[in-house]
Amino acid sequence: MASPPKSPSRTRRGPGRILLVLPAIMLVMAAPIVQQRAFVPRYGLDLAGGTTVTLSPVTPDGSRPSRESLDQAVEIIRDRVNGSGISDAETVRSGDTIVVTVPGRGRQEVLELVGTTAELRFRQVLAVAPARADAAGAPTPSGTPAASARPAALPHPSGGPVPGPSPTAPASAGPRASPGAQRDDPLAGLDLTGIEPALVEEFRRVDCSARARGQGVPDDPGARIVACSQDGSSRYILDRAAVRGTDVRNATPAVDPATGEWYVSAEFTDAGAAAFARVTGRITGLPEPRNRLAVVLDGVVVSAPAIREPVVGGSARIGGDFTRESATRLARQLRYGALPLRFERGTVEEISSTLGADQLRGGLIAGGLGLLAVVGYAMLYYRGLGLVAVSGLVVAALLTYLSVALLSAYAGFRLSLPHIVGLIVSIGVTADSFIVYFERIRDGLRAGRPLHVAVETGWRRARRTILVADAVTLIAAVTLYLLAVGGVAGFAFAMGLTTLIDLAVVFLFTKPLLTVLARVRFFAEGHRLSGLGRPRRTAAGARPAPRGT
Amino acid sequence: MAGLADRLRGDGPDLDILGRRRLWYGLSLALLVLSLAGLLGRGLNLGVEFTGGSVFTFTSASATVERVREAAAGAIRGSGDGQVIVQRTGAHGWRVTTGLTSGDRQSDERVEHVRRAIAERLGLPPGEIGVQVIGASWGGRVTERAALGLAVLLAAVIGYLSFAFEWRMALAAVAALGHDLVVTAGVYAWTGFEVTPATLLGFLTILGYSLYDAVVVFDMIKEVTARLGSTGKMTYTQAANRALNATLVRSLNTTLVAILPVASILFIGTTLLGAGTLRDLSLALFVGMIVGTYSSLCVATPLLAALKEREPRYAALARRVAGRDRALAGAGRSAGPATTAHKRRKRQS
Repeated sequence: MASPPKSPSRTRRGPGRILLVLPAIMLVMAAPIVQQRAFVPRYGLDLAGGTTVTLSPVTPDGSRPSRESLDQAVEIIRDRVNGSGISDAETVRSGDTIVVTVPGRGRQEVLELVGTTAELRFRQVLAVAPARADAAGAPTPSGTPAASARPAALPHPSGGPVPGPSPTAPASAGPRASPGAQRDDPLAGLDLTGIEPALVEEFRRVDCSARARGQGVPDDPGARIVACSQDGSSRYILDRAAVRGTDVRNATPAVDPATGEWYVSAEFTDAGAAAFARVTGRITGLPEPRNRLAVVLDGVVVSAPAIREPVVGGSARIGGDFTRESATRLARQLRYGALPLRFERGTVEEISSTLGADQLRGGLIAGGLGLLAVVGYAMLYYRGLGLVAVSGLVVAALLTYLSVALLSAYAGFRLSLPHIVGLIVSIGVTADSFIVYFERIRDGLRAGRPLHVAVETGWRRARRTILVADAVTLIAAVTLYLLAVGGVAGFAFAMGLTTLIDLAVVFLFTKPLLTVLARVRFFAEGHRLSGLGRPRRTAAGARPAPRGT
Repeated sequence: MAGLADRLRGDGPDLDILGRRRLWYGLSLALLVLSLAGLLGRGLNLGVEFTGGSVFTFTSASATVERVREAAAGAIRGSGDGQVIVQRTGAHGWRVTTGLTSGDRQSDERVEHVRRAIAERLGLPPGEIGVQVIGASWGGRVTERAALGLAVLLAAVIGYLSFAFEWRMALAAVAALGHDLVVTAGVYAWTGFEVTPATLLGFLTILGYSLYDAVVVFDMIKEVTARLGSTGKMTYTQAANRALNATLVRSLNTTLVAILPVASILFIGTTLLGAGTLRDLSLALFVGMIVGTYSSLCVATPLLAALKEREPRYAALARRVAGRDRALAGAGRSAGPATTAHKRRKRQS
C-alpha cells in the first residue's frame, strides 16, 4: 500500500544517502585502475590482430572427454606455447574446446606449436654437452621442475637412494681432459664415434639457450636427433627411439619413504616392458653418457637418468631432482604422452592488425551511434524524465567501463568484438528498466496520484517486473556462457555483466534520484517539459485510489 | 476496482487485440507454414563456418573482383581444390572464401600458398591478409552446442517462469518463442542471408529477448487479473486485453529502444565492415526482435488467455459476463454482443 511520506525530513535523507553508494563503489573501482594506469582495457585478438586456434577433442567413440583430461591438455599446450618464448599467449578451455590465442603472430608459427601432437619417447643418449661453449664451466643445475641435471634411475624393485654417478651435468658431459683448455670447442673429448657427421655438425650449432628449441616439431622416432634439455642447460645427441609413449601403461608420482625424495614410477605394457628391458640391458654397461636413457617429450629432453642395471620388471623408477609438481607433471606426461586427448583443429583464424583496428573502430562507432539514438529517443519521448534515463545510461556506461578495465587489469579479461556487441545490445535492456518504471509512474499520475506518491507506488510494481525480467536475461546469459563455443561466451558474459549493472543502476541510482526529484518543483508540478505533465483527463482518477497490493 | 480501471483507461491505447485472436492465429500460422516451406524447400544458406573451408580477408583500394578471383583461383588450381567466392565487404574490404580446410601439415601449406599468391598479385604484405580456416566438423560441433544450449535454456526458463508465475504462462511464453525462432529462420531461408555461428548466437539471444518481453506483459496480466473473480465484470480474456493495452506503450518503446542500437550495429557492420560477426549478429537480432515483439503481444497473450479460459473458474466467469452482457444489451439496445463491457462503459462516460 502506498502511503505518502509522513515526515519529509526523515525520508529526505534516505534516498540521498543511497545515491552516494554508487559513486563510492565507482571510486573504489577506479582507484586500482588509476594506480595501475590501466585505462585502456586489453583487447582480444579480433580487435588487436593475431592468431586464434580452436582445438576440438576427438575421442574414439565420440563420447565427451573428461574435464580432467581437458584441463591437462590445456596445461600441456600452455607449457608448449609459453615454453617457445611467445609472450602474451593465452591457452584456455572454453566449453569442451581449447582456444589458443597468440597476439601478433603468424599462423604457421602458432600451428607448429599447437597443431602437432608429438609423442613421448625413450632414447639412448649418445653424447651430451653443456648448452653453450662459454657455459661449459658452470651450468649449475637450475631449480626448474623436472631438471635433468642430476638424474638417477633405479630398477624399481631395488628401491632406496643410490648416489648417482653423475652428480652434476658438466661432470656427466663426457670425459673431458681439461674444461679450461677446451673452451673453443666444447665437443672436444666427447666420444662421437659412430655418429653421422651431419648430426655432429647440428649438435655443434644448436643453441639451447635460445628459447625456441623446437618444441612441437615431431621428432622422427626412427632417426637419431639432436635435442636440448628442458631447462636449456644441456644438449644431446640421441639414438633412435627405443620405447615410445604408447608403451607406457601407467605412471604415478611417488615419494621415497626413506629419503622423502620425489620420483616417478612408470609401468609398461608387455611390449613396452620387453623393449625397455632390451634397451636398459644394452646400455647399462656402457660408459657415461651412453648409459643414460633420455625421456624426450615434444623433442625436448625432460630427464636423462643413467641406467645402472637392466630394468626387467615391467616398471621403472625415474629419479631426479623432483619436486611434487615436477614429479606429478612428468608422471602425467608419461601417462598421456604429449596430450591426453587427440585434437582436431576446429578453426584457425588469423586477423591482421589492420582488420582488428577496423573492427574496433566499427564497434565503437556502432556503440556511440546506438547510445546516441537511445538518448535522442528518451529525450524526445520522456522530456525531463529522459534526462534521468540518460544520466542512468551514463552511470551504467561508466560502471561498465570500470568493470571492463578492472577485469582487464586483474582477471586477464580481454575485450573482444562479441563483448562489444553484447554491451551495445544491452543498452536496450538497461533503457527498458527505465521505461518500465517511467510507464508505471505515468500510470500513477493518470490515476491522479501526486508525483511523490506515484514515484513510490510505481516503483513497487516496476521493481518486481524488472527483477523477474532481469532474472530471465541472467538465466539466458549464464546458460549461453556455460555452453558456449567461441565468441558466444564473450557475448553472454557481456550480457550478464550489463544485466547486473542494470540492476545496480536502477536500485541505487534511478529510483533514489526520482524520489529526490519528485520534490523539485519542475517535476512535481508537472511542467510541460518535465515529461510528467499530468494527463488532461484526470477527473475520473482524481479520487483516492483504493487498491490493495 | 474503479481506480484500477481508470488507471488503465487513462491516456493509454485501447485496442481490442485479443478480440482479433483468430486474425493473429491465422497470420502466425501462415508465417509458420511459409517459414517451414522456406526451410524445407530452400534451406538455409550456411556459411563457411558450417561447411568447412578457409576465408581470406584484406583491404585493398586498388583490387578488382577479377584480379582477386584470378589470384585466388590460380593459387588454388595449383593445389587442386575447387571453388572460390570473392566478396566485397565495406569500402575497400575483400573476402575470399575457398574450400581449403585445415588439418594436416600439407593443407596448412596450401592455405599459406594461396595467401602468398593473393598478397603477391595485389602487392600486399602477406601479414595484412587475415586467414580463417575452419575444419569440416566444426560446424556440426557448433550446431550441437547451440542445440544443447537451446534445450537447457528452455528448461531453465520454463522452470523459472513456472516458479515466478505459473506453468500456463511459461508454456505460452515458450510457444511464442518457438514461433519466433521458426519465423526468424524462415526469414533467413527466404532471403538467403548467410547463417554463421554469429547468427546462431543471435538466435539464442532472441530467446532471451523474446522471453523478457513476454515476462513484462505477463507481469501486468497477473496484476490485472489478480482480483478478477470477485467482480464478474470482465472475462479473463478482456482483462488480459487491458493488461496488454497497459503495457503496449512500454512494449513498443522497449522494442524501439532495443532495436536502435542493434540497427546501428547493423548499419556500421554492413557499410563499414561488411561481412563479419557484427553484421551477422545484428541482422539476426534485428529480425528476431521485430518478430519477438509481435509474438509477445499477438501470440503469447492470446495463447495464455486461451489456456486460462479453460480453467473452470474463468470459464464460469466468462459465462457470467456473457449473461450480464446480454442483459445489458437488452436494456440498452445500443451495444451488440460482440463489444466488450469495457468499450461500452467508455462510450457511456
